[in-house]
Amino acid sequence: MLDVRGLRKIYGGHGREVEALRDLTFTLDPGELVCLVGPSGCGKTTLLKCVAGLLAPTSGEVLLDGSPVTGPRPGMAVVFQEYSRSLFPWMRVRDNVELPLRQKKSLGRQRRHALVEDALEAVGLTASAGAYPWQLSGGMQQRVAIARALAYEPEVLLMDEPFAAVDAQTRAGLEDLVRKLWQERGMTILFVTHDIDEAVYLGQRVLTLSASPTVVQDELKITLPHERDQLESRADARFAELRTHVYAQIRAAGTRPAPTA
Amino acid sequence: MTRIVRRLLYALALPALLASLWWLGSRGSQSIYAPPLSTILSVTDDVWTTDRLTRDVLPSLLRLTGGYTLAALAGIGLGVLIGTYRAVRALTEPVLEFFRAVPPPVLIPVIMLFAGIGDTMKVTVIAAGCVWPILLNTVEGVRAVDGVLAETARSYGITGVSRLRRLVLPAAAPQIFAGLRQALSIGIILMVISEMSAASNGLGFTVVQFQRSFAIPEMWSGILLLGTIGFLLSVVFQAVERRALAWYHGLRASKGSG
Repeated sequence: MLDVRGLRKIYGGHGREVEALRDLTFTLDPGELVCLVGPSGCGKTTLLKCVAGLLAPTSGEVLLDGSPVTGPRPGMAVVFQEYSRSLFPWMRVRDNVELPLRQKKSLGRQRRHALVEDALEAVGLTASAGAYPWQLSGGMQQRVAIARALAYEPEVLLMDEPFAAVDAQTRAGLEDLVRKLWQERGMTILFVTHDIDEAVYLGQRVLTLSASPTVVQDELKITLPHERDQLESRADARFAELRTHVYAQIRAAGTRPAPTA
Repeated sequence: MTRIVRRLLYALALPALLASLWWLGSRGSQSIYAPPLSTILSVTDDVWTTDRLTRDVLPSLLRLTGGYTLAALAGIGLGVLIGTYRAVRALTEPVLEFFRAVPPPVLIPVIMLFAGIGDTMKVTVIAAGCVWPILLNTVEGVRAVDGVLAETARSYGITGVSRLRRLVLPAAAPQIFAGLRQALSIGIILMVISEMSAASNGLGFTVVQFQRSFAIPEMWSGILLLGTIGFLLSVVFQAVERRALAWYHGLRASKGSG
């Protein structure tokens, strides 16, 4: 479904080059939920932007259904961390969700409205359809951004630390929402986070990234039961094992002496 | 209801006080240049008849509307172009700064050479003066479009006309309106000045005519009318702005409280 091959990104300019991503290779199977976790500043956002086609990699390639991604594609939607800046403040919630659909010329008006209603219902925001984003709480704004992505009907949903800026309880609710939507809709999700617990709780697989310049440090299959619960799953002894494993990998990654290029 | 009454009282208190001071201070004035306010008001009805309103006030307002509209179209259009493309900006910025620094009234003799002394000249002068604040504010507004928002639009394939209509123009609207507001007062000033130097009708022309023929109370009444027109235009402008930028004021209020 999604193939990332030998991805490398060097930010250049003014005689100073910064190698953000060194060599990243991984694959997402259709319908998989994979979490990417890494130390802060390890180039997670750079990676996600390259995958989304928003940033051109220096070398390597991203393949969606076997064809190279060279720019934003209708098959992918991104949910950004800064929800308050990624929603259009001059549009009501409903119009925010509908806007990307207007680009899909094949969709009729009725179909568009049906998709919008369906997406808003899926995130529990039907009642707020007529509100402006800035009238909503942070958690609700991020739900709007998720609804917008859902309505777009992507094959792959890319989420860039989407819950880093909301409080802990809201965050737990949003995590369960992502699990629920993933199970209902069978999308492929690439979820980037710096939070180890979140990665372990959400994912079927967790890819641990090294410090920058970034490589894939470790890959871990999450062997928790399919049905997850904020209290039970997190209290599970296996959960503790898994998070300890990821944590150790991240610590090892952080202290890894940077090899010279 | 009481809040509206109170706001109205606050708004009217100072004008009422100033008018009373003028009334009292000028009462029994013997100076022909500063007649009593009562005299000025008493001539107003006779001077500003329907005939004069259509002959002098209406043409002035039409010239203002024409020049202002042209300036808005050109300013926003070019502003979007300059704000969007870095190369165009680098190329035009020094020239723009120069043109902005030229006081618009000085253009009147120049424009007169090309456009004569008719309506074309006056509309051109108004447009030439109004365009700069609109243009420069639009450039700033377009440049300041939020990076995350722009990236969101790009990731959803919102490009071209759609991007302009749904992202760039709304995002720049608060700045554009700031420019339009500045331009409005410049426009009124230029409307009057352009009619003072070469004209056969218009508000500016009439005021100067009164002054030259020593019809001093009539001249004062013209000045009062100009002030009133400026005030009314600004009220209308504010109402339009409040409506168009309702989201912006709401957003700012929500940030202030949150």
